[in-house]
Amino acid sequence: MPAYEIEIILNRQLADCLSIPVFITDTKGNLIFYNEPAEILLGKKYSETGEMKVEQWSTIYSQMDKDGNQIPPDELPLVRTIRDCTPNHKTFWIKSLQGNIEKISLTAYPIISRENKFLGAVAIFWKAKEDEN
Amino acid sequence: MKINSWGVRGSIPTSGADTKHYGGRTSSTLVSEDGELLVLDAGSGIQEFNSINAATYKRVDILLTHLHMDHIQGLGFFSPFFVPDLEVHIWGPLSSRNSLHSRISRYLSPPLFPVTIRELPCNLILHEIGNSQFEIGHFKIQSAFVIHPGPTVGYRITGNKSVFTYIPDHEPELGRNGIIKDPKWISGYDLAAGADLLYHDGQYTTEEYNKKRGWGHTSMVDTLLYASLAKVKHLLIAHHDPQHTDTQLNEMFIELKKEHDYPFKYEMAVEGMEINLP
Repeated sequence: MPAYEIEIILNRQLADCLSIPVFITDTKGNLIFYNEPAEILLGKKYSETGEMKVEQWSTIYSQMDKDGNQIPPDELPLVRTIRDCTPNHKTFWIKSLQGNIEKISLTAYPIISRENKFLGAVAIFWKAKEDEN
Repeated sequence: MKINSWGVRGSIPTSGADTKHYGGRTSSTLVSEDGELLVLDAGSGIQEFNSINAATYKRVDILLTHLHMDHIQGLGFFSPFFVPDLEVHIWGPLSSRNSLHSRISRYLSPPLFPVTIRELPCNLILHEIGNSQFEIGHFKIQSAFVIHPGPTVGYRITGNKSVFTYIPDHEPELGRNGIIKDPKWISGYDLAAGADLLYHDGQYTTEEYNKKRGWGHTSMVDTLLYASLAKVKHLLIAHHDPQHTDTQLNEMFIELKKEHDYPFKYEMAVEGMEINLP
């Protein structure tokens, strides 16, 4: 397989230096990298899983609104970023496989190269403040 | 395929008694085969071209890796520019903001230079490239963006039988833990993979690199690692730091040889050297 474009490589190198959870996907939503803080959210280690297909990693936790209703995938920031190539942000609740529920904010942005080519997306998770919507 | 190194110094021309052996001219290399030629970068080393009679060629191609001064400062003194109607092609990395023409014009215009692009009598044709594949004569060329400040590409040139890869300015180890040892995650890997000859940045010692992280250049040790991961057959370590004298470069290379044993040939690039590939 050919090497990733440098825009993807540099995003990984940056993510590797951050203390906030960062996920990097390709244009189809396959998870191609997640950093150490993101390993805690996923309950998995990148060194063990390597890259993960979209259907494999998207079921690891479920997303809910404040009333506990499932959020349709189309309303999730990362899904919208991959679909529309636009930045997106949303606060919601996630339930991990371990049953933990956490309120989080997610910001996703598209990686668009110098050649104006959409290469993938980056999702940054934040633990949301209680009063944040 | 014949490779002539016309300039192997980084950053600024550094001619003097202390740099006589490795040379003081900045990046420029000639690639020739079957009567066709490519000029890689237009640092001050490009003056060597002036001993070639450009009028005997139908066209001349310059492939720029990027537009930092040490890679374009020889453009104004490139004799084919002044041969009426000669086709001169310049290939250079695209930018998301400014055209190649406007970026080259910044240098080829007053007050930096007295002659403007539109005054050149040759037939100048500019090509903007990125992650591209194209052909010039019988040469098959692949370009790709590599890690260096500003739009910068490296080139993989395939001739009749050999592959020459040219990445004079590159910092593949930029990041927390250096080069990620997985080919998919290495900047410029596809350009260098299995090359018969890799010409690559190796400006710093490891100690110097640690003080100049993010400046866009590589340590010699990481250059060796990069060449090893890409499984090249022969490595030329280039873009010598202008602060490094011949004596220092010799000492650095002796140390490198002592500490690092790799199953491929590696040496320091020297101005004026000629390498013949099959």
